[in-house]
Amino acid sequence: MAEFNWFTALVGGILIGISATLLLAFNGRIAGISGIINGAITFNKDEIWRWMFILGMLLGGVLYEYELALEPTPKSTFAPVAMIIGGFLVGFGTRMGSGCTSGHGVCGLGRLSLRSLVAVLTFLTTAIITVFIVRHVLW
Amino acid sequence: MKINLIALFAGLLFGLGLGFSQMIDRDRVLGFLDITGVWDPTLLFVLGGAVAVTVIAFRFVLRRPYPILTDKFYLPTKKDIDLPLVVGSAIFGVGWGIAGYCPGPGITALVLGIWNPVLFIVALIAGSLTYKWYSTRPSHKPSSTPPELPQSQ
Repeated sequence: MAEFNWFTALVGGILIGISATLLLAFNGRIAGISGIINGAITFNKDEIWRWMFILGMLLGGVLYEYELALEPTPKSTFAPVAMIIGGFLVGFGTRMGSGCTSGHGVCGLGRLSLRSLVAVLTFLTTAIITVFIVRHVLW
Repeated sequence: MKINLIALFAGLLFGLGLGFSQMIDRDRVLGFLDITGVWDPTLLFVLGGAVAVTVIAFRFVLRRPYPILTDKFYLPTKKDIDLPLVVGSAIFGVGWGIAGYCPGPGITALVLGIWNPVLFIVALIAGSLTYKWYSTRPSHKPSSTPPELPQSQ
């Protein structure tokens, strides 16, 4: 893993915050990626903006990784079981919980939402416990 | 049209942000969540930076009667802390701790040309649709809706 760089991390966070602000200020929408994905897969022709946002996320990724980044993003080892189980739980849980790190974390906390605070504290707690168990108990 | 352009541009900034934040590096994310191991505090600065912006900017934005390009703000209406919020968030956290990806980074990491995010997103969609099916199946009565009255033919 590359060295910890608090400055680029902060820049990244600020860009995310600005992105969420623009989407809310202009389109009136919450930049919650789980919600954007869930809406996008209904293929509603009146909500093409969701696909545009996703396309933007991919373009931004390309711009970062292949033009701006000083070094490549480390590629993790192939972990299909973790991806399938983890991905399923993330999809299931974010739908049930009505949000993820961007929806509840960035936007919800930005709105001073108590619901989002509870959500953030909950998923951070279980995520940390999960990593502890996976890394230090099971192996 | 403008709405779509704004969405595209906002998405671009979001993707750039995820790149700079290195949340698309799942090992770094797991390092942040691994508080008893060699702790990587990177994500603290990412979430901190993002929320610092939104806490201030949202206050101004939401003072407006409506957004710049549309006629209303599409905000969540639920206010109470209910079981689906807590249980769903708990499940999400477990998945995040296993995969090291959450939805946003999972999407943007697709540009890295590796298989992990591909599997993650496919499984995410499967999980999301599974919950949608589970929560809307006819025998399921959510506590917030009243029981249906018998229909007369």
